[in-house]
Amino acid sequence: MGQTIIEKILSNKSGCKVYAGSIVVADVDFIMGQDGTSPLAIRAFRDMGGSRLFDPSKVALVIDHSAPSPSEGVSNLHHAMREFARKTGCRLYDIGDGVCHQVMLESGRVGPGCLVIGADSHTCTYGALNAFATGVGSTDLAAALISGKMWFKVPPTIKIVCHGRLPKGTYSKDLILYLIGQVSADGATYRAVEFTGEAIDALSMEARFTISNMAIEMGAKAGLMKADEKTMAWIDRYGSCRSFEPVEADPDADYECVWEYDVSSLEPQVAKPHRVDNVVPLAELAGMPIDQAVIGTCTNGRLEDLRIACDIIGERHISPDVRFIVAPASRNIYLQALKEGILEKLVRAGAAVVTPGCGPCVGTHNGVPSDGEKVISTANRNFKGRMGNSTAEIYLASPAAVAAAALTGKITDPQEFIK
Amino acid sequence: MQFNGKAHKFGDDVNTDYIISGKYKFKTLNMDELAKHVMEDLDPEFYNKITPGDFIVAGKNFGCGSSREQAPLAIKHARIAAVLAKSFARIFYRNAINTGLPVVECDTDLIDHQDKLVVDLAAGFITNKTKGIQLQVKPLPKVMLKILSDGGLASHFRKHGGFSFDK
Ligand code: SF4
Repeated sequence: MGQTIIEKILSNKSGCKVYAGSIVVADVDFIMGQDGTSPLAIRAFRDMGGSRLFDPSKVALVIDHSAPSPSEGVSNLHHAMREFARKTGCRLYDIGDGVCHQVMLESGRVGPGCLVIGADSHTCTYGALNAFATGVGSTDLAAALISGKMWFKVPPTIKIVCHGRLPKGTYSKDLILYLIGQVSADGATYRAVEFTGEAIDALSMEARFTISNMAIEMGAKAGLMKADEKTMAWIDRYGSCRSFEPVEADPDADYECVWEYDVSSLEPQVAKPHRVDNVVPLAELAGMPIDQAVIGTCTNGRLEDLRIACDIIGERHISPDVRFIVAPASRNIYLQALKEGILEKLVRAGAAVVTPGCGPCVGTHNGVPSDGEKVISTANRNFKGRMGNSTAEIYLASPAAVAAAALTGKITDPQEFIK
Repeated sequence: MQFNGKAHKFGDDVNTDYIISGKYKFKTLNMDELAKHVMEDLDPEFYNKITPGDFIVAGKNFGCGSSREQAPLAIKHARIAAVLAKSFARIFYRNAINTGLPVVECDTDLIDHQDKLVVDLAAGFITNKTKGIQLQVKPLPKVMLKILSDGGLASHFRKHGGFSFDK
């Protein structure tokens, strides 16, 4: 019987041919923790009697959620991570290196056919690189740090086929928001999703990452894509030290269901507070005043996103009624955006550029809204209190829509600014 | 494992930011401190309403959102005996078992706020004493029962020196 991508990867990593429903103990290729989850993982590691890592070259810790540290409590947790990395010999990415997921995508350690776990729910981002990558908690992470293994229940797979091409002014963010609106926040719980179809094939890798990143917002364990020339070009670009084996679903693989969408007339989308699946066409909200606009995060803080925003802004200045925060997702992206003059343009236009990392996404620092304020952001979550103030409202949209809102002070169709 | 307590009812899609807000979780590893803020954005007084051994009862997709283990830990340290929901988000479910917080899938429409419940995990049933009915419980996968009965994944590892399941 044919297998889906996740069934194949879990078969390869556990050494027995498995299908949805089996329980496996599988070998892990790479392990990542960030500063919100690693301190607890380090505690659990010691609790379990751990003294050394199963393989330090397969472990990385990233300080990105509160970077640089905004308080002494956080500073002490960061210190514990640095000490742990020094003692165990694993790689530590410190403040300014970027959001953990972007750092992993650029690390050359994660690629087709891999099994990766990260103590962060958006680890599913690497599914766009044809890896089975999934978020786990700190205790699972600790168990893997010691043993190099992890247990999984092989999930059934839902195939989502996107036909057609996205229209101009509409981006992969609009597509994934639309899909989440259709599928709902728990429509793919305990499932793997394979994203396929002409619309996905046509996207750049950066745009594909946005889609896999948000698979968790429909509850999925993984958001997988096949590997193609673009995937391999990405891997080559970040000079991998290892070889990867792409994994393709068999033609007779057994899917739990197949959902097909035609995206050729998709309009810009927005997720309204306080749920990611509360999605409406942007046009319904056009004209609504906003107080803060944010471009960044592991969803949309990549170079392509900054370029899109910059093209929308052009030589204009942002609205005097808006604060505009830009957080490049990694040091590499920051450097490249400097080189291309993108950051200069954005700063001249009125943007406040903050350290590569999570920025204001999770409410630890870098732009907590005041009571009742409305924020438009390229992030992946708009839960109540997410940005640190439970009375604020968060609207999720594409980088183009956020840039357009920064210019006008209102939710605005970015197509108005596209030449 | 039998628990007696009353139900605190919540709706669908209670996410990890509601369970414990990101603004607290990064500050400390002191779970008793975090526990005081459990469910704060949904009910600022919630912590003070808990009698040890009570249950959180919710709709579908409980625990969606981040992978923060602080979420089940804050609930556990608030001395909630178990969480009952129609369904759970995947990572939360794993984390709860790994940290030794019992989670039970059942039809929570049959439970109202403040109902008195008896939850028996080993026998696999829930009695709603207020309504005089018994509820069906969806059984835990064997691997998870094993981890839970060992007291969480850390003690499972200490006890067996690694993963130890007969499949
Ligand atoms: S950018 Fe936001 S969603 Fe992404 S890892 Fe950081 S906090 Fe999580």
